[in-house]
Formats: sequence, C-alpha cells, structure tokens
Amino acid sequence: MIKAILIFNNHGKPRLSKFYEHYNEDTEQQIIRETFHLVSKRDENVCNFLEGGLLIGGLDYKLIYRHYATLYFVFCVDSSESELGILDLIQVFVETLDKCFENVCELDLIFHVDKVHHILAEMVMGGMVLETNMNEIITQVDAQNKMEKSETFIFQSTRQDR
Amino acid sequence: MPAPIRLRELIRTIRTARTQAEEREMIQKECAAIRSSFREEDNTYRCRNVAKLLYMHMLGYPAHFGQLECLKLIASQKFTDKRIGYLGAMLLLDERQDVHLLMTNCIKNDLNHSTQYVQGLALCTLGCMGSSEMCRDLAGEVEKLLKTSNSYLRKKAALCAVHVIRKVPELMEMFLPATKNLLSEKNHGVLHTSVVLLTEMCERSPDMLAHFRKLVPQLVRILKNLIMSGYSPEHDVSGISDPFLQVRILRLLRILGKNDDDSSEAMNDILAQVATNTETSKNVGNAILYETVLTIMDIKSESGLRVLAINILGRFLLNNDKNIRYVALTSLLKTVQTDHNAVQRHRSTIVDCLKDLDVSIKRRAMELSFALVNGNNIRGMMKELLYFLDSCDPEFKADCASGVFLAAEKYAPSKRWHIDTIMRVLTTAGSYVRDDSVPNLIQLITNSVEMHAYTVQRLYKALLDDISQQPLVQVASWCIGEYGDLLVSGQCEEEEPIQVTEDEVLDVLEGLLVSNLSTPVTRGYSLTAIMKLSTRFSSVNRIKKVVSIYGSSIDVELQQRAVEYNALFKKYDHMRPALLERMPIMEKTASNGPTEIVQTNGETEPSTVENGLKIDFTFERANPNPNIAVITIHATNSTEAEMTDFVFQAAVPKTFQLQLLSPSSNVVPALNQGTVTQVIRVLNPQKQQLRMRIKLTYTHKGSAVQDLAEVNNFPPQSWQ
Repeated sequence: MIKAILIFNNHGKPRLSKFYEHYNEDTEQQIIRETFHLVSKRDENVCNFLEGGLLIGGLDYKLIYRHYATLYFVFCVDSSESELGILDLIQVFVETLDKCFENVCELDLIFHVDKVHHILAEMVMGGMVLETNMNEIITQVDAQNKMEKSETFIFQSTRQDR
Repeated sequence: MPAPIRLRELIRTIRTARTQAEEREMIQKECAAIRSSFREEDNTYRCRNVAKLLYMHMLGYPAHFGQLECLKLIASQKFTDKRIGYLGAMLLLDERQDVHLLMTNCIKNDLNHSTQYVQGLALCTLGCMGSSEMCRDLAGEVEKLLKTSNSYLRKKAALCAVHVIRKVPELMEMFLPATKNLLSEKNHGVLHTSVVLLTEMCERSPDMLAHFRKLVPQLVRILKNLIMSGYSPEHDVSGISDPFLQVRILRLLRILGKNDDDSSEAMNDILAQVATNTETSKNVGNAILYETVLTIMDIKSESGLRVLAINILGRFLLNNDKNIRYVALTSLLKTVQTDHNAVQRHRSTIVDCLKDLDVSIKRRAMELSFALVNGNNIRGMMKELLYFLDSCDPEFKADCASGVFLAAEKYAPSKRWHIDTIMRVLTTAGSYVRDDSVPNLIQLITNSVEMHAYTVQRLYKALLDDISQQPLVQVASWCIGEYGDLLVSGQCEEEEPIQVTEDEVLDVLEGLLVSNLSTPVTRGYSLTAIMKLSTRFSSVNRIKKVVSIYGSSIDVELQQRAVEYNALFKKYDHMRPALLERMPIMEKTASNGPTEIVQTNGETEPSTVENGLKIDFTFERANPNPNIAVITIHATNSTEAEMTDFVFQAAVPKTFQLQLLSPSSNVVPALNQGTVTQVIRVLNPQKQQLRMRIKLTYTHKGSAVQDLAEVNNFPPQSWQ
C-alpha cells in the first residue's frame, strides 16, 4: 500500500501532497518537512530507497524517490509494494504529466496543482495502483477536462474560467 | 462584493511574498474573503473558493472551515463542482469528523449517476476515505459496479472493494460471486485491479486462499500470454508487455503457491520461463525478475529453480544500478537461513559491497556478511569486517562490534586469535561497544587461562596509548587488577614481554581515577583494580594512601568503595588476601548476565506457551546448599517447522541471583520430536517468592522471533 505521495522542490516547498491515511494538518506538514530533510541529504549516486522517518510509520515503511531537475517525487510505501515497481510507477507518473502539460516544468505543477491531483487520481486510488497505462490515463483525464470545459460554456455569466 | 480572485491569481500573489510573514498575511486576507463568500452561500464561486482553500491547505494553513462547502459542491449537479468537491473531501475530511457521514447519500446517488466519470469520482472517494459505516451502507452499490461491463468503472470498483474489505472484513464474502469471471477480462486495467482484489482476499482469509487456488492455471496462462505475445504497442513499457501486471500476477502466485505442493508444481515452468527470458537491460525487466525470485524462494519450488533464483540475485549484485544491488542484498538476507550454501557462493561479491558508498547498501552487506560467517571462512571474513569497522560511519559501529564479538565467540580458531580480535575492536571502536560486552569480555578473558599474561600486557599497552574509550579502559583496568602480577613479572610467552614496574602500573591506574575522560563507572573499576593489586604488589603503602584519599570523594559510589577498602586495610586485614584472591573460572552463562537457579522437589511448573513453543520447568533439590535451587527448563516445539538459534534468557528480582548453564542444543525440533533442556541455578538467600522474567529468541520459518513472558506461579517448594 502507498501511504503518501509527495512532490516538493529543492527547497522543500510542497508542490503536491496526497496522504492515503489520515493525519492531522500539523502532522502532515511535519511529515513533509521530515521527508524533505531525509531526501535532500542524499547524494546523487546512491540508491533511491530510504527507510521511512519515524513519523510516517517507522521500520515497515520505505521512501522511494526520484529527483528530476528541481523536483523530488517521493512515494512512501509499505512492504507489500515492490520497490523497483514503484520506481517504474514514478516514471510513468512523470511521463504522463509531461504528456498532459507538454514538457512539464515546476511552474506547471505550481499553477495547476488541482489538475495534477486529478491525473494522480486516475493512477492511484486508496493507496493502491489503479492504472499504469499512460495512454489510458491521458484519455480519461482529457475526457473529464472536456466535460468541465463544456459546462463553463453553457453558463454565459460574467464568471470566467476558474 | 467583487468576484473572488481566481486560483491562478492567488498563487501568483503568494509567490511574490518575500517572507513567511508576508505570505501568512496574504493567506489570512484571502481566507477572510473566502469565509465571507461562503457565508453568502454563493453557488457560482464556491468551486473557485474551495480550490483556493485546498491550495492553502497544501502550504500548511488551516482549511477546516471549507469542509461543509466541499459537501455542497459534491451535491451540485455540475461536474466541475463535483470534481473539486470530491477532491476537497479526500484532502480535508476523514472519518473522525461527523461531517463525512453526510456524504454517504451523495455518494450513493453518484454511484448510480448516468455519467461514468461521476460514478468514477464517487468510487474514488469512497475507496480513499470511506469509513466503516459508509462502506457498510454502500458495499452493495460497489458490488453491483464490480459486475458491470464498463471497464473504467469495473477497475475502480475492484479497488474500492479492497478498501471496503479492509474497513469491514465481514463483508468479504459478499464480493465472492463477482470475482468469478474477473480474470477473463481483456482490459489490463481491470485485470490489474482484479489481481489486487484477489490478493487482498487471499491474504485476509485462509478459506479464500484455498478457494482461489484453482485460479493458478488461469494466472499462469495470462502470464504466459504476456511474455510470449510479442510486441504490443498498447501495453509496451521499455520493450516489455505490461510489466506492472506481470509483477502483480507473480505476487499473487507467490501467495497461492506458498505451502502448497500442487500449486507450486503448476507454476514451476512459467517461473523458470520468466526467469530466463526476461530482458534485464531496463529497470522494468529487473523488477519482474526480482518479483520472480521472491516467488521462487517463497513457494515449494524444486532446488534447481532455487539455485537459479539465487544466481539471479548474485548477478544483481554485480549490476551497476544501486537500486538493483539494494534489492538483491535485501532478498539474500531473507534467504540466507534457508539456502545458506547457495548464498555462500556469492560471499566475495557481498563483502565487496561493504565498500559501497551507499549507506543502505553497506548496512545490508554488513548484516549479510555476519550471517555468512562460519568456521571455514572466519579468518578471511573477520579481516574484511574489522577493516569495515575501522572505516564505517558511527551509526554502524555498535552493531558491527556486537556482530564481531558474537562471530568470534562462535567460531574463533584459537584463543589468541579471539583475544587479538577483541583487542582490535576495543581499540578501534571502543567507545561504540555495547555496555553488556564489558562483562562478557571479562568472563571470556578469565576463562582463557593461558592467555592471561598476554592479554594483560596488550591491554596495558593499549591504555598507554589512549584512555578515552571507556569499555576498553574498563576491561583493561579489571585485567590489570587481576593479573597485574603477571604484568610486572614479565611472564608473557606469546610476545616480547615488556618491562614495567609496579609504580608505573599504579601511575596508569591513578591517572584513570583523575582523568576527565573517565566516567564514574570507569573510576569504580580502576579503584577496585588498585585495591586488588594490594595482594599482588608489594607497594601496599602507596595503595593504602590512594584508597584513603577517595574515602572523601564527592562521588558517592567511589566514596563507599574507598571507605570499605579502607576498612579492609584496618579492621579486616586478615580477610583481605582471601577476598582479593584471583577470580575462579566462571561458568558460561547466557548473555543476560548472572542468573541463579531455584531448587525444588520434582514438581512440574505449568509452563508458558507461545506460538507453539512450550517451556516446562522442573525442580530438583540436589544441591546441599539450601539457598540454591536447580530448575531445568524443557523446551518443545509443536509447530511444523523447527526453531533454530534458540536462546533462553532469564531475569530475576534483585534479591536473587541467577546462573544459566549451557543448553543441550539450540535447535528445537518440530512436532515435539525432541526437547532442548537448560539448567538454571537460583540463589535465594532471603527465601522470597520466586518470580522470573524470561525472554526467548529463535528463528522460525526464516524470520526472527522474540517472546517475553513472566513466570510468577512457581510452587512454594521451589523457594522455601
């Protein structure tokens, strides 16, 4: 099971935080800080697996992360997930974002964090992997975005696109 | 009231903040605006406001006042509203708030909505944060959707069902009919989540596991198709067809094949095929191979296949990719107990990993190295491990030192080698050594009678170099106190004896007493050592002076010792030689310190039973000393796997003293086919009710087990 998915930049500023188990707001922020602290210390040529910090569950949980330019993608998982498999999943996630945003960069994630959530929701549900086929995910996300767009057209008010 | 600003605007504004305080101010201002907008019950802009609230929540600001608004959005007809509403529900709500129950009705309606994406949103939210009440109410809807032909909904329903089962395990039966033809799906998304659902059911219930064993042929077929089907652009990831699904199926096969001969037999071929045919140049291939290896090791596979698996792990160890090396070491650690010989073949590669830069890899290589040490390779391995101890990070030193001591104790080829190894550890990592190693080492040294002179000489020389490492200093002072006479008489046979006078020795010991580097415990050791030398050296006056000075020490412990020793010189001088005599050889005890045995009549103590391990106690009153009782423990194992590395430890209250003799063996055979016995001697001078706390450690079916228990119901005959 995936316990949390975090994206933050090289300075620890959160760009996406999704928890699949409930923590109160303070604990969530602490976890983000602690995870950043653990991950940013890592050298560039060590393995991508870390034992989890004390906050998020101790010894049974691992942090699996990938560092792309200015962003860290961190998945916190328990022993039921394959470490190498999750690495591949992160890769699929990033490639999907790349396709959806056309050469994604950090700014895209900053200004469209809700869209990133929606893409993620088509890949991971309830802490479990839902869909890994990139094209399938993009098709579904596009269809839903179209539905949203069609609604805003119908309502001709002074209100504009969100 | 002007229209609330858009999310994009808010983000842009916040990014211009130069300090944390400025950011906080902007956020508070916007929150106030959002709050008043909520109060006005504005439907048009609610969506926008909640989106902004979620963004602020991510940055760490409180957003609980938006919870109800999320519910209103969910209830709206518009897809845009629902999307943000459900997202908000997942981020802000959980079952601890009563508010979440209000969602149940909305979700129920949305699960039956005409648009599949709305149904999808509802399934997703229920599957993420549905409470047990919600799951109970809505399980029927989920079950219905599990049977639909719409693959988009079917795959989501499968994962939602997993969540329902986790929350309300009793409902698992309900989903059984729907699983009947899940595996005949063509859509890989559905296949994938179906396998997850089946896995969850099998893990939770042995009945389900038995039921689903019949699916093994079908799973094998699906896997075979994936491998043999050739290039399929739809599912291709780096040249392999749907590696995620392959990994999932392999994991389910692992669960189904464990402890079952027929299933394991049925999957042997496909496992061999996957193991040999998978392309290893990319990470996806290696992920599949890794999963295959884990499955092979867990099921009842034939030995050829197991060797193949371990060789794959060996190849992984040589891979450039650190992640691959990491998983290889982790897996080897799990299999080293059961397939020891196969893993031994890769020993040199494993030892090389000790030099890796990566901390996680080093740790695993260290653990694995200790597991591979045996009588044949002890000298070579110890050289590598000591070299590692010299250069490793402080976080490893304590574990490494303990490991070295244990290995040395088990496999030391000679006493001299053993002492040398200990010396090496004490001098290089002396301050990281665990506290309980000091008494263990002292006992070891005492029992190596022929090495006393050599040992004390080496320890003395080490003290001259460095007095900062406390365990080293403590062991050294104790030895000098015991064998100081051998030191000054230059009796060493093993190496060139050094010339040292009594005064020089006393200088060193007194130096320890006054040094800032010495802890109070160390000072205690050195004072006692000085005292003991009063019967071994001739400069008794000097010693008397030192002892009397410390009679007024601020340290209470030291003061008490000094006063008592003073008394020994004055009133009880006749007893001094006997009291300070050379220590006798100590019986080998378990590492939990001195234990004593209680003697009783041959009554059997009802025993403790934990996880199939049963410990019986019997008592004998064979010893002439009425204060000592002899208890024998009998360990039997009713499970179907033997328990290896069995260690029994016991602790008693302070008024007792305990001594454990060697056990008859440290393997408890399975199915009650044999017993391990161990004798405990307990000294009970105050005739108090005996209580004992016991700790059992052993390896069972490949994993380490530790049990703790308290035994309080010893019969009165055992201690009266």
